[in-house]
Amino acid sequence: MATSSLPTPEAPATAPPASLVGAQHGDRVFRLLLTTAALAIPLLMGFLVYELYTGSALAIDRYGLGFVTGSTWDPVAEEFGAAPLIFGTLLSAVLALLIAVPLSLGVAIFLTEFAPRWLRQPVAFVIELLAAIPSVVYGLWGIFVLVPLLKKVVFPFLRDTLGFLPFFQGPIYGPSMLAASVILAIMVMPFIMSVAREVLLAVPNSQREAALALGATRWEAVTSAIVPYARSGIIGAVILGLGRALGETMAVTMLIGNRHEIAASLFAPGYTMAAVIANEFSGAGTDIHFAALTYVALVLFVITVLVNAAARLLIWRVSRGAPAGGTGL
Amino acid sequence: MNTLSPEPSAAPAPLLRTTLARRSSPAVPMAETAPAVESRDFKFWYGATAEPTLKGITLRVPRKAVTAIIGPSGCGKSTFLRAINRMHDLLPGARYGGELLLNGQSIFGPGMDLVALRQRVGMVFQRPNPFPKSIFDNVAYGAELNRLVAPRDLPDLVERCLRQAALWDEVKDRLDQPGTGLSGGQQQRLCIARALGNQPEVLLMDEPCSALDPIATQRVEELIHELKRDYTIVIVTHNMQQAARVSDYTGFFDRGELIEVGETEQVFTNPASPRTEAYLTGRFG
Ligand SMILES: Nc1ncnc2c1ncn2[C@@H]1O[C@H](COP(=O)(O)OP(=O)(O)OP(=O)(O)O)[C@@H](O)[C@H]1O
Ligand SMILES: [Mg+2]
Repeated sequence: MATSSLPTPEAPATAPPASLVGAQHGDRVFRLLLTTAALAIPLLMGFLVYELYTGSALAIDRYGLGFVTGSTWDPVAEEFGAAPLIFGTLLSAVLALLIAVPLSLGVAIFLTEFAPRWLRQPVAFVIELLAAIPSVVYGLWGIFVLVPLLKKVVFPFLRDTLGFLPFFQGPIYGPSMLAASVILAIMVMPFIMSVAREVLLAVPNSQREAALALGATRWEAVTSAIVPYARSGIIGAVILGLGRALGETMAVTMLIGNRHEIAASLFAPGYTMAAVIANEFSGAGTDIHFAALTYVALVLFVITVLVNAAARLLIWRVSRGAPAGGTGL
Repeated sequence: MNTLSPEPSAAPAPLLRTTLARRSSPAVPMAETAPAVESRDFKFWYGATAEPTLKGITLRVPRKAVTAIIGPSGCGKSTFLRAINRMHDLLPGARYGGELLLNGQSIFGPGMDLVALRQRVGMVFQRPNPFPKSIFDNVAYGAELNRLVAPRDLPDLVERCLRQAALWDEVKDRLDQPGTGLSGGQQQRLCIARALGNQPEVLLMDEPCSALDPIATQRVEELIHELKRDYTIVIVTHNMQQAARVSDYTGFFDRGELIEVGETEQVFTNPASPRTEAYLTGRFG
């Protein structure tokens, strides 16, 4: 008979294969590991806040909330107010974004939509490399190249053309709020650019085609369809840049002039929270000086959290009803 | 045995017979209308390959009628359709040969303005691709972009297009809601309304129902039937019954060639080519 001549089929495996059980076991271990890791982060965060709070308790008791509005910083007289630092931190970060966002979005759009194909990858790669340069190197470059250039060419030009505005008046020193903002802008550009580029690349081709098929030019397709589609991701990119600008220390302190003062002119020196902590922490002689610096750190932490929360709210509001226009970070 | 039986009077598949019976034959015979779109020995290459993807298509698309393009997957239906509004322009290295005319004017000629061409030739894609904007803004997009109507006339235009697309009643109370929040079938009708908002002459549809359920498909088909009073429609479909139901003319593509074209009734009941017949009766390959 035909059946007898056929090779007998191999015995079906009735017992569940051992490897499967192992995989389930491995899954459990893996999940435990991940859960622990996920829980560790909020714990660490709480611990950080607690440490900052206890470290600054002395200053909180002595100055209270007046600390954030006071503008004298005198370790000898033991008088501390952080208003100029908060002002400097926020202003330098905002100015940096004002410069960096249009530039990096422009580059990202150029690289995803308009640049010749052979150019896209190399340029994006080089710009991403810029993100890897240590901040102190940016600071040195700022001192030796950027500041002289700004002082000799850009600042005088601004004073001559826009001098009627209070922001562009007064003596030109070199190290200044504007110089620090420019270096910050250069430093956050690679981050904003590369995230915005990823987000734009993730816009489905069907959106591009839809706009073009309706008679949009390439540029109109970008502004009316592609960028709106990617908007929440692009805002995410900007927030990433903002976070970096708020916390950046080394290059800023090398260029901002380090003076506790709120000046209207952007040519005047200023100070930031991160910079003052880095500069004075090792030399803090008294307990109250130490506590005041920790208080500054606490304020910086709170401001960063608030800014990020506000930004997330913004992303959530613009992306309601929209498809995931990118990562939203 | 050869599956291609050489019966001369091949009977169509039973389902097709019923759908064909209900359909009225086109008012004008194919050759007599001045074509809206005409291709003469049109060839197309995606890259530097020697073998063209379209190997000389000669086809007249009659005005204010529905022309269906059918054929096996990969035969070049989408390629042909997308050439008509030059969606291939984005591809580096794509080439064409022969002639493709819109109202007698060369689509690739120097006198053809790309933006104007795409306004005159609308396109509905296989997957609904509404913008993440409001329903209103989706429909108004083309008219705003190409400044076709004054801003105060936009609401009228939007309503008219949504009515034509048989979507008005479902969305009239939520025009400010995002178009991406609609169901798949509604999204596809929104995309049709959006294409109509551009006031085109020709409407290209590339498998517009392939992502839709039977009910939504039926609505879109009814819609196509309505639209052909005002528009020239070219539709690519894999659904033979759909081609039989909605189209006046049918062209059968195979491997980059137009095997045959004619009135739908004739192509389905009495195909001239055995290849068409084999495809229609499912004995293809
Ligand atoms: N962008 C492209 N680059 C290179 N080749 C392509 C491209 N798009 C399509 N092709 C090739 O061209 C041929 C025709 O493709 P086309 O999309 O026109 O087929 P189709 O008839 O629409 O098929 P389907 O019914 O599956 O949609 C296919 O062999 C395909 O591989
Ligand atoms: Mg196709």
